[in-house]
Amino acid sequence: MRYLYNKRTILIVVLMIFCTAIVWAQQSETKRQYTSVTPNYTLTFPKDFGAHPDFRIEWWYVTGWLETNEQKTLGFQITFFRSATSHDQENPSQFAPKHLIIAHAAISDPSIGKIIYEEKSARAGFDLAYAKEGDTHVKLDNWYFVRNETGNYQTKISTERLSLQLSLNPTQEMMLQGKNGFSRKGPNIEQASYYYSQPHLKVTGTIKHQNKTLTVSGHAWLDHEWSSELLDARADGWDWVSMNLFDGSALVAFQIRGKDGTKLWAYAQQRNMNGKTRFFDTEQVDFMPVRTWQSPHTNAWYPVEMRIRTSELEWQLIPLFDDQELDSRSSTGAAYWEGAVSILKNQQIIGQGYLELTGYEKSLDL
Amino acid sequence: MKILQLSGWLLLAEWRTRFGQIIVAITAIAMGVALGFSIHLINSAALNEFSAANKSLAGQSDLQVYNKQGFFDEMLYPKLAQYEGIKQANPVLEFTAVVSDKFHSKDHKLKILGIDVFRAASISPDLLGVPAEGKAMDSFADDTIFLSPAAMEWLQLEQDDTLFLNVGLEAIPLRVAGGLTRARAGQRIGVMDIGAAQWRFHYLGLLSRIELKLESNAQYEAFKDRLSKELDDNFYISEIADQEKRLSKMSRAYRVNLNMLALVALFTGSFLVFSTQVLSIIRRRSQLVFLRVMGFTRQQLLLQIITEGIVLGMIGAISGLAIGYGCAVLVIQLLDADLGSNFFYGLKPTIYFNLWDASLFFMIGLSVAVLGAFLAAKEIVNANQASALKSSHQDIAMNRAQWSWRALFCLSLGLLMTVLPPVFELPIFGYMAIALLLIGGIALMPWLALLVFSSLQNSVARLSKNPIILMALARQANASNQASIALSGVLASFGLIVAMAIMVLSFRESVDQWLDHVLPADLYISVADSGIQGGLRDDEQKIINQLPGFIRSDFFRVQPLTLDPNRPEITLIARPIDTLNPESTLPLTHDVIDPYQLPKDSMPLWVSEAMVDLYGFAVGKKVKIPIDGIWREFFVAGVWRDYGRQFGAVQMQLSDYQALSNDLSFNTAALWLDTQTAMSEAYTSLQQLPFSDALEIKQSQRIRKTSLDIFDRSFAVTYALEIVAIIIGLLGVAASFSAQALARAKEFGMLRHIGVTRKQILSMLAVEGFFMTTLGIILGFVLGWCISLILIFVVNPQSFHWTMELYMPWNWLMLISGIMLVSASFAALLAGRKTVSVDVIRSVREDW
Repeated sequence: MRYLYNKRTILIVVLMIFCTAIVWAQQSETKRQYTSVTPNYTLTFPKDFGAHPDFRIEWWYVTGWLETNEQKTLGFQITFFRSATSHDQENPSQFAPKHLIIAHAAISDPSIGKIIYEEKSARAGFDLAYAKEGDTHVKLDNWYFVRNETGNYQTKISTERLSLQLSLNPTQEMMLQGKNGFSRKGPNIEQASYYYSQPHLKVTGTIKHQNKTLTVSGHAWLDHEWSSELLDARADGWDWVSMNLFDGSALVAFQIRGKDGTKLWAYAQQRNMNGKTRFFDTEQVDFMPVRTWQSPHTNAWYPVEMRIRTSELEWQLIPLFDDQELDSRSSTGAAYWEGAVSILKNQQIIGQGYLELTGYEKSLDL
Repeated sequence: MKILQLSGWLLLAEWRTRFGQIIVAITAIAMGVALGFSIHLINSAALNEFSAANKSLAGQSDLQVYNKQGFFDEMLYPKLAQYEGIKQANPVLEFTAVVSDKFHSKDHKLKILGIDVFRAASISPDLLGVPAEGKAMDSFADDTIFLSPAAMEWLQLEQDDTLFLNVGLEAIPLRVAGGLTRARAGQRIGVMDIGAAQWRFHYLGLLSRIELKLESNAQYEAFKDRLSKELDDNFYISEIADQEKRLSKMSRAYRVNLNMLALVALFTGSFLVFSTQVLSIIRRRSQLVFLRVMGFTRQQLLLQIITEGIVLGMIGAISGLAIGYGCAVLVIQLLDADLGSNFFYGLKPTIYFNLWDASLFFMIGLSVAVLGAFLAAKEIVNANQASALKSSHQDIAMNRAQWSWRALFCLSLGLLMTVLPPVFELPIFGYMAIALLLIGGIALMPWLALLVFSSLQNSVARLSKNPIILMALARQANASNQASIALSGVLASFGLIVAMAIMVLSFRESVDQWLDHVLPADLYISVADSGIQGGLRDDEQKIINQLPGFIRSDFFRVQPLTLDPNRPEITLIARPIDTLNPESTLPLTHDVIDPYQLPKDSMPLWVSEAMVDLYGFAVGKKVKIPIDGIWREFFVAGVWRDYGRQFGAVQMQLSDYQALSNDLSFNTAALWLDTQTAMSEAYTSLQQLPFSDALEIKQSQRIRKTSLDIFDRSFAVTYALEIVAIIIGLLGVAASFSAQALARAKEFGMLRHIGVTRKQILSMLAVEGFFMTTLGIILGFVLGWCISLILIFVVNPQSFHWTMELYMPWNWLMLISGIMLVSASFAALLAGRKTVSVDVIRSVREDW
């Protein structure tokens, strides 16, 4: 009982803060002036692998499919956020919470039938929690996400319930989203982020859960995105999908849904096995629900099975299992669906990906 | 069955005839139990609340790391956060800040905790503030504070109001971002972001403690050992239990002393039960012996009398418990849990009825009554039936010699106990000595009464021929046992009153003189600390020094210091002291080293009496105390008296302190006016200083008055005890006289027959009452004086580590004696009236 109580309290704080980060976008008066995202910036690497503290919010977001040594399939998600606060920049205290580091980790295990989820947050400082500039290096106590010079990523999440220790190796070039990494998120030109992806990461490592240590291998997709202003006030939520296709091609698509049910913005990029890319704009991308599933936890309806149309192409998404909802209503009132999906074309499974559905339980003020 | 019926019938009959006395005896028991029980309830409730509040602050951590200096370098935090075996480290900055609006009232400090919400969430969730909806970031903003409900009520603030707090000479605004819903009732605290607190309150780089949550498989003791080896000597690791012990230690002397005083009141009640029982038995002597002749066994008779005591004690104790509980609840509701000690200031605890404690007090009340009945019954049970049947034989045939030996044994044992040291820092033997003195004194009564009244009878007979006086004296001299029994109540209660009065006055006078000594200047200004620095810096000192109208100004640096983590903090005072003439600045005792014989190579330190008792800082010794984190050696040059800081204080030369610490700031200044300047002018010039808002300006006369007010308030409970003692004493006098008067109905009848008028008998009774009470008062005075000496020279130094001079409250004692005397004579008269009005013939005829 005491354990639960503690757990809940942590959740409350973490999610309070996560929401806060979200709410800031709407506040016209912030004490801090953040750098805004502009179309003519050229992403330079490895510098842009690292953190961008002048921007309000930033994340490194890995999703993927794994197979265990027991031939079981798992979905996983690891995210590290950096979020700047409005705390006075003049405060010389080492404790001054100018940046928060927040991490989420979840696995989707079909044999359990729901998500196992862990999270953690801290103020950046004392070398206990940080997001370093120069190259990807985010740390939160004993959790980390680090890129080395060879391009290999190491990440570790460790709690009593769930531990993940993974090594991610790129097998392809990275994908710059939008216009050379300038990715618009709405009709207003300011609503944008810098955004690059790393599809087809080869994953090896171990996962510890239910008192078992499993050796795993698989593939993953990494997004790194940073911005100071993200969503339109009219936005209700978004649908986002990443696909690692078996033939080596990759596709990412998202749409921003308006509160009135319309499509506010949409985007997709496809890269075939030869490295040729093709972009699709709002008009060309459609997310079409096929089957909805009602969550027994939140009663929200999610279109867990979708057809996605990019111009003349059509992709079908089938979830690994239905209940991949992340319910944190007890703390923030927010719940969303984030899960492993199989990609089908003409009734044939041609790849694996991850689908994120937000704003279904309640309109998301982001 | 028949025996039971008879027993019940006897009991009821007896009580019906002396209903008034029974009520008096029950009241005495009830008051003693009530007083003791309510004090116990309030104190234990306050202590429980205090530790609960403490626990909610420390949360669910396994261990806490503190530093003896108070604050320490924050770099320990990342070290511990990554230390093997530690699951979570929670840094806390705790300090008190002065509320700007309340600066000029005595009660103006708010405890503030600077926390990191992300770390505190799992360890002390009670400290997480609840921000307004949509303002979650207020939890770690740079300008917000969360207040407990009690703090909000005290400050009259609500969410989104602004709270101003003084930091050194400036007042900083903080927005009240929300409440701390889980704070304890009455707990006044504010919580803010640790980074913001470090910055705004000048504690950059500092922490007060780090709370640790260990890995679930950790071995506490082994871990503690391992960690303490790695930390330097100034750090100490404690568990919640240690802090509770420390707190309980802090207030223990105070609590135990109060409980002891309540017990003394209860035992005074027991003498009253004893005297009523004895007199009742004397009156019924022939009746009881008759029962024996009729076939009652000794045991049955003893049982009968003890049953009377049991029923008496039960009624008294139960009503005492009820009254005590009621009083405790009332006190908590109307006032607070602080009975004047300031340990539990502002707490609003709930009184819990603990069956175990209640039965303890019940048993004490009951056994006191049974003991009284038993002592009274012993004689009659063993009496020779034939001679006892003769009604004239009423004076108890006590073996005087034996009793006086026992009495003398008690007295000398008591005397011996006064020289024994305290047990667990409590004056156990001191209290035992007081009890023995009371018992011995009372046991010696019959012998003393005989001695005094016989010699008085002889000498008065030569001077006066007044038959009434002669008769009264003859009676007292020849039936001295009865007289002394009546006296025991008077003796016990008057002794207690005298002892308390002398002790309180001595204490008050000593405090008064001490205040004279410690407040030599005309005006004192103090300023809120800013971080670890005193609030007054160089510039401000210069400005104050240049003010017109002052001939002298002394600046002090006062700060708390932990020498031993198991004890409360001591106070370090650095100020200019004339080394060659230290008594001009310090209220020194006689325990001082000649200033010319001070060793040249070491720095002198003057310590309060408590330091000698608690830390062994004796004069002439070399001792070490930490200044700015480094243990320095000092030479103890003298001992001074300190009534303000029970846990110890040391004073040192300001120049030594500044040389060792580099801390050039101050928080207190003493100012002397020149002869031309009026107090009001001086006030005005201080108030016109640019930083006057942050200055607390006090006249020494004011401080004096407030201090004495506080003193009087802390002795309020003692005064209550005195009143209870007086009431019990007077009840005792009335009860014993009326019992005696009833018992002597036959004697009065005889007197009437030989021509003594009713008026004369009444006068005789009044004179008897007067003589008896006078003796009781004189002896009570001697006994009380002895007890007060024990209180002053044994109990006080052993419990509170301070000594005082002896002062006698003559006026007050005279007044009380007068009241006792008049009311005793009056009670004797009243008691007699009833008896004398009985038909003369009948009262004599009864004597078959």
